This record gives sequence, structure tokens and C-alpha cells, in this order.
Amino acid sequence: MTEASYPLPNRFERPSVVSFALYIFIAWFVVVSFSGAGISLSNFIEGIPNMGTLLSEMFPPKMDRLGAIGKALLETFQMAIGGTILGVILSVPLGVFASRTQSPHVLVYRFTRLLISFFRSVPDLVWALFFVATVGLGPFAGTLALMIDTIGFCARFFAEAIEEINSGPQEALTAIGANRTSRLFCSVFPAAMPSFTNTAMYSLEKATRSSVVLGLVGAGGIGIELKVSMDMFRYAEASTIILFIFLLVVAVETLSTKIRQKLM
Amino acid sequence: MNLALNMNQAAPSISTAELEIEIREIRKSYGETPILKGLNLEIPKGQAVALIGSNGSGKSTLLRCTTRLIEPDSGEVILHGQNITKLTGARLREARSKIGFVFQHHNLVPRLSVLSNVLHGALGRKPSARLWFQSLATNLDREEAMYCLERVGLAQFAARRVTQLSGGQSQRVAIARALMQRPTIIMADEPVASLDPQAGEEVMNLFFQLSRSENLTLLFCTHHLEHAVDYADRVVGLSKGTIQLDQESSSISVAELRGIYD
Ligand SMILES: Nc1ncnc2c1ncn2[C@@H]1O[C@H](COP(=O)(O)OP(=O)(O)O)[C@@H](O)[C@H]1O
Ligand SMILES: [Mg+2]
Repeated sequence: MTEASYPLPNRFERPSVVSFALYIFIAWFVVVSFSGAGISLSNFIEGIPNMGTLLSEMFPPKMDRLGAIGKALLETFQMAIGGTILGVILSVPLGVFASRTQSPHVLVYRFTRLLISFFRSVPDLVWALFFVATVGLGPFAGTLALMIDTIGFCARFFAEAIEEINSGPQEALTAIGANRTSRLFCSVFPAAMPSFTNTAMYSLEKATRSSVVLGLVGAGGIGIELKVSMDMFRYAEASTIILFIFLLVVAVETLSTKIRQKLM
Repeated sequence: MNLALNMNQAAPSISTAELEIEIREIRKSYGETPILKGLNLEIPKGQAVALIGSNGSGKSTLLRCTTRLIEPDSGEVILHGQNITKLTGARLREARSKIGFVFQHHNLVPRLSVLSNVLHGALGRKPSARLWFQSLATNLDREEAMYCLERVGLAQFAARRVTQLSGGQSQRVAIARALMQRPTIIMADEPVASLDPQAGEEVMNLFFQLSRSENLTLLFCTHHLEHAVDYADRVVGLSKGTIQLDQESSSISVAELRGIYD
């Protein structure tokens, strides 16, 4: 064992000048970010009594406006359902165009991919502002914003699900002489259906959570109720609203999980 | 060696009967590697032909080139008197609709019912959305699909999902789907390679009976030399990109066929 024929490798690789400079830059940027984000321990400590007061004023939750809150909550959920359904329906053709295997042309493929990325990278609140400015205040603007958000999420995963399916049945249908539409409906969609449903249920959960905040910019739903209560210092009412939002989100998540488990 | 002597002796029926498949000078390369090097093959109507050859010799490529699932680089394919080499779109789909193609893995749609899968066989000859799912199909089409299932002995499973069938049963459903095409030709690419011996024997028997009773032209490739001798009228051996052996199955033994693998 005295003479190993190969030298031991070094424990650490020596970084190149460029990567060394890069590490330094990243470290510096992280430090700067902390002050840029206004992170301050003293502010936080000074804020603790305020948080305590606010929390104590929130209890017990006030139940006298249950009717109005219930109505706003229902509207929120309806926006989520509407936006998700419209988004999922539109995601099916977009998913086909954005899949390498089924897209009719490479330019269609590129363009659809780009469109979907754009939908996904612009935040839902920005879409809500856009639709409030174009179709006016109210739940329709929120529904459209949720639809776009759903497409950004679903169309991408639909395209991936389509790319992953087994090509055998499609080849069999091609050999039979079936046309493109028949191949999509007879082999592609049935095979991708569990994945589609799974993604759609995730979208509904996501849309339910998003729909809560859209009200802040006037795009309908319970968000506006929450904002008004906070602005008017009616914290006991705000806590009721938060509680209801929590219940809605939990209910949708539970339902969605049940449905997805059934598919497995 | 006597293989070489027999090479040019065509089966006697070839010259007399009507030709169903004519493959002329087919060439196909993947990149720089030639797989088919100007291959010729003529098959008369109603003949059952076994195609043998070692792994990678190009059997699957040849079958797929014949229906243009793979595009040949050059050469011509004439099916039932029609040159399909240049067909596109609806004309190509119509030509394909008359060829039942059975794959090694049944290639059925797993999440649909057996009956829906069989109905898909009619999609080539009449592109109707009602054939997509059995629940939408016309009574006439459903009855025809049931009849196809009866012919492969699986009518009792019409409502089942494909995933609930055994490998042999799935392959028989794939044959029923091919029958739904009302084909004149059936091609099968190692149809029993993933089945146990008994199921394999049953499926080969089914092919044989069908080709006889309906006067279908049958072209199947296989590694079971016994199947080639027992179920085909003629055995064709593929090697080095061309046909190196072409004999009536009655005049050749399994031992002689092994020569093609050298
Ligand atoms: N899509 C492809 N791209 C590149 N090479 C391929 C492709 N398909 C088949 N081949 C090659 O062509 C040869 C013949 O394949 P194949 O026709 O499947 O042979 P066989 O069915 O006789 O086993 C093999 O060497 C295989 O690796
Ligand atoms: Mg093969």
C-alpha cells in the first residue's frame, strides 16, 4: 500500500478567477439585499406590541355581517371556478400546440410556448389591474385574470403530459389511417386525462387562493371586504373574513386532494 | 450451401396469382447506416408470408416502409395495384385503412373500453367523431365491432377496460381492431414476441385461420422459426439489407432457416 499508482484528488477544486469574482459578487449582493429589503430587527421588536394589540382586537371575531361576508366569499369561489374552467378549456388546445409531439408546426410550437411563458410570468394581480382597466370593476375582471393565470400554469403542464404519453397507440391509429383530430381524441387525450385532471385540480386550489387578493384591486370577491375592514380599523370583522377565507381554501384543498387520490 | 441454390427459386404461385403487395427497390438508411438496400418483394393475394432475420436486420423498418409509417428514401410500394409511394393526406389514409397492422405491443388505448378500441379500426375508412368512443357510435358500427370481437373469441369482454386483459387477449383485441378495418392485408411485427408460448400459439393460429377464411394477405415477422414454417406459405429471410432467402415453407426445415442468422 505504500506506492499508490494514482495521486489522491484534491479535496476542493480551485475556482477560476471568473467564478471567484462571481462568488464575491453574489455574497455582496445578498448582504445589500438585506438592507434594501428594509430588514430591521429594531423595527420588528418595536412592532411586536402593535401586533399584540391588533391580534387582541381581532378577538372574538365579529359575526354580525355574516350575510355580506358569505355572499362575497361565494363570489370569490365562483370567480375561482369560472376562471379555472375557462382556463383549463383553453389550455387543452394551447397544450397541444405547445407540445413537441403534437404541434402542427414548429413556429406554432415556439409562439405558443412564448405566449404561455408570458401569461405565467406576469403576476395575477397585474392581470387583474389590466382587466379592471379594460372590462371594468367587478368579478368579471377577476375571472379573466384567473383564467389567464390558469392558462399559464395548465397549458405548460398539459403540453408536458402530452409529450410524455406512450406513442404506441398513436402509431397504431396512424397505421389505421385515422386523421390528426381522431388521433388526439382517441389516444392522446384519454392517455393524458389523469394528468390533465390532476393539474386542473391544482389550478383550482391556486385560483381559490389568488381570487382572495384580486378584490384588493377591485376585481371582485372577498378581498375588498377585507381591505375595507382593515382600513376602517374593524379588526374583529377582518378576523371573521380571514377565518372564512381559511375555511374556503381548506375545503377546496381537501376536495381536490380527494379527487386526485381517486385518480391514482 | 443449398441456401444459395434455393435463393432464386420463387414460390410457384407468385407468377400466376394477382399481386397484393409489390415492393420495388426500397432503400432506407438511418444517417449513414443503410438498413434496406434496394429490396424487392412481391406477395400474391391470400398468401401468408413469414419474414425472418436477426435483430436489427430491418424487419420492422421494412413493414413500416410498406405502409409509410416510416418514409423510405427511395423505391416504390404498390398495394393492390395502387402505387402509394407518393400519396399524401386523405388518399394515404385511405390506402392505409385497408392494411391491418398488428404490433409487438398491442398498442391499444389503455384507458378506453375494448369495444371503443375495436371501433377505432373503422377510423381510416370513415373519419367520424362517433367512432371515438363506443358510447357515441352508431348501432351498425357497434354491432360490426362486436362481430369482430366474436371472431377473435372475446365478445364477452367488450365492456372491459383494456388494462384488465391479459397479453394474449390484448393482442387478439388488436386483431379485432384490424378486422374492423375490413382489411385486404394484415401485417404483424413480431405479434407474439411478448406472449407466453401458449398464447403465442393461439394468436398465430388466429392469424392463420383468418387469412385462410377471408383470403387475407398476411405478412408477419417472427423469431419463432417453427411459427414461420407452420403458419406461413412462404418464408422470406432478410439479411444485409436485402432478401437472402425466399422459399415455400413446405420445402424448408427449421434447421435450414437458422442459416439466415449467420
Ligand atoms: N428511428 C431510428 N433511428 C436510427 N436507427 C434506427 C431507427 N429505427 C431503427 N433503427 C436501426 O435500424 C436497424 C433496423 O431496425 P429494425 O427495422 O427495427 O430491425 P428488426 O425489426 O429487424 O429488429 C437497427 O439497427 C436499428 O438500430
Ligand atoms: Mg423489429
